[in-house]
Amino acid sequence: MIGLAHYLTVAAILFVTGIFGIFVNRKNVIVILMSIELMLLAVNINLVAFSAALGDLVGQVFTLFVLTVAAAEAAIGLAILVCFFRNTGTIAVEDINVMKG
Amino acid sequence: MAVFAFYLFAIVAVVSGVLVVFARNPVHSVLWLILAFFSAAGLFVLLGAEFVAMLMLIVYVGAVAVLFLFVVMMLDVDFAVLRAGMAKLLPVGLLIAVVLLVQLGFVFGGWEVSDQALSLRQAVTPAPVEIDNTTALGMLIYTKYVFLFQAAGLVLLVAMVGAIVLTLQKRVYVKRQDVLVQMYRDPKETVHLVDIKPGQGA
Repeated sequence: MIGLAHYLTVAAILFVTGIFGIFVNRKNVIVILMSIELMLLAVNINLVAFSAALGDLVGQVFTLFVLTVAAAEAAIGLAILVCFFRNTGTIAVEDINVMKG
Repeated sequence: MAVFAFYLFAIVAVVSGVLVVFARNPVHSVLWLILAFFSAAGLFVLLGAEFVAMLMLIVYVGAVAVLFLFVVMMLDVDFAVLRAGMAKLLPVGLLIAVVLLVQLGFVFGGWEVSDQALSLRQAVTPAPVEIDNTTALGMLIYTKYVFLFQAAGLVLLVAMVGAIVLTLQKRVYVKRQDVLVQMYRDPKETVHLVDIKPGQGA
């Protein structure tokens, strides 16, 4: 029988994959953004799994908001990326120090 | 059957998630990402969250992934250069991933649901035979969480405005129609009448 633990395992593996992707593809900001999407997907799986296991709909409502924020974040991130590419001609983010931060 | 479906979706989701990270071509990465979203939507359907599953397909596959695809295809970047240092970072990344996975395993392995958890529920899921998932969610979002729902809309609005402001280009070399300048043009200053005597014109 498939229980809560199975879904949590899938979500944990996806989340770790996302973090791993951020670490490995340090230069390619597009893959970094995709890895963030993977992590948010794992969070959504967690929320829905707990929502189904406990019989509480609020988890699914919260998934909607995570989805909204993920879409907004992807749009803004890609817009910044396009803007950055237009100015510098590259998307290598490893050695960006425009802001001297 | 449900067990088979779960393992199918779970394995496809995990494998495509790994391939998002490792695909050589970013276009392939986006396509693997779409597959991961599809199988996650399948998992959501198995959990009884049909509305979220369909929203997942519409928002992620229909909007976010297509946005990624556009950007990947629009940018003229040599992706082989960007992958150059990957082998060097692989051991550190693997170490961190394994440590994190073990930590998450500890957290979820020792998970126990409290006895009072069921009494703390904010919105108990109605029985699916009475009210289906979409209706139940709608009744919750438009009543109890209506302000949060509006706030989510505002987040999307701000994101839209921000994306447009960031990417809008003012091209100075393109001639545009300026209506106000046209309307404020005075014929007395623009048209100049010269009385030339016969035989003197060039």
